[in-house]
Amino acid sequence: MKTAKEILEILQKKFPEIEFSLVEDEPSDQIIFTDALKIHEICEFLRDGEGLKFDTLMNLSGVDDANGEKQTNDDGSETIVGGTLSVYYNLDSIELNHKTTLQVSTSRESPKVESVNLIWRAADWHEREAYDMLGIKFLNHPDLRRILMPYDWEEGSYPLRKDYKDPEFYQGMKVPY
Amino acid sequence: MGLLDQEFLDSNIVIAKSDDLLNWARLSSLWQLSFGLACCAIEMMATSASNYDFDRFGVMPRPTPRQADIIIISGTVTLKMAIRIKRLYEQMPDPKYIISMGSCANCGGPYWEHGYHVLKGVDRVIPVDVYVPGCPPRPEALLEGLLKLQEKIRHETLRTKKA
Ligand code: SF4
Repeated sequence: MKTAKEILEILQKKFPEIEFSLVEDEPSDQIIFTDALKIHEICEFLRDGEGLKFDTLMNLSGVDDANGEKQTNDDGSETIVGGTLSVYYNLDSIELNHKTTLQVSTSRESPKVESVNLIWRAADWHEREAYDMLGIKFLNHPDLRRILMPYDWEEGSYPLRKDYKDPEFYQGMKVPY
Repeated sequence: MGLLDQEFLDSNIVIAKSDDLLNWARLSSLWQLSFGLACCAIEMMATSASNYDFDRFGVMPRPTPRQADIIIISGTVTLKMAIRIKRLYEQMPDPKYIISMGSCANCGGPYWEHGYHVLKGVDRVIPVDVYVPGCPPRPEALLEGLLKLQEKIRHETLRTKKA
């Protein structure tokens, strides 16, 4: 069993060139924050590393932090400019009976995160969902298509973004109430 | 006397309007497309089961739209599903009827404002005959919806045919 602090120390020793930090002010377990474009090698080490052995990806979720600048449009709706989108990884080690959470953030304008699909196959559909709902592009994902929304849903329209606006019509059907 | 005379003497003939005959036949055997969408479908299944016994009104689930007279839209209609519902409806032979069951199918229900994926009322794609309110409607409510539909069919005539 290892705490987030101990895991963080192991990671810092293994990857001195990558930045890590501990998110402590959340009302949850401590979260390890790291680099979105290095997450593949970090996760590979977390899965195979001695004393870590995170063999299960319990969940992968995308979040819109909505921390950019809010601009009010003429029609009263809001658009968020700048800020970040985040991806959270909930890992579990069945072998060593410990859990941890990772967080990476990426820019809202061109959100890019490395895929961990090759490490845990469970990530496949989770990453597709995060892409579908928030538009986060997972680099090296073999099949990054929409998963819940229709395939022909408007390009660049991601429903779980905080400034999302319903399209007026979809295939001739009125969408708003 | 011969057999035939007997028959006629006993006035064993029923005279009815063909309208009434056809309507009676139609409303007494409304075969339902076995098709459910969300939580409301559970209640629809309960209506079919022995406690409420949809079958006593001649409602039987049919696995293909080609043999169905009625489609019960029982639940949340997502935009993705709406396209399929429309196709199923078009595959059904005339005369065909639609019961919209539950708030979701009626108007979007709990998803009316933030349901980015929900069609706000199935009547935006297909013509509904009877709306059954509720979330979910109890089986009794669905039964009453069916009785209302039977009432409607009873007053149809061959001349005003439904599109
Ligand atoms: S009306 Fe209520 S019970 Fe029926 S499908 Fe919608 S949410 Fe479920």
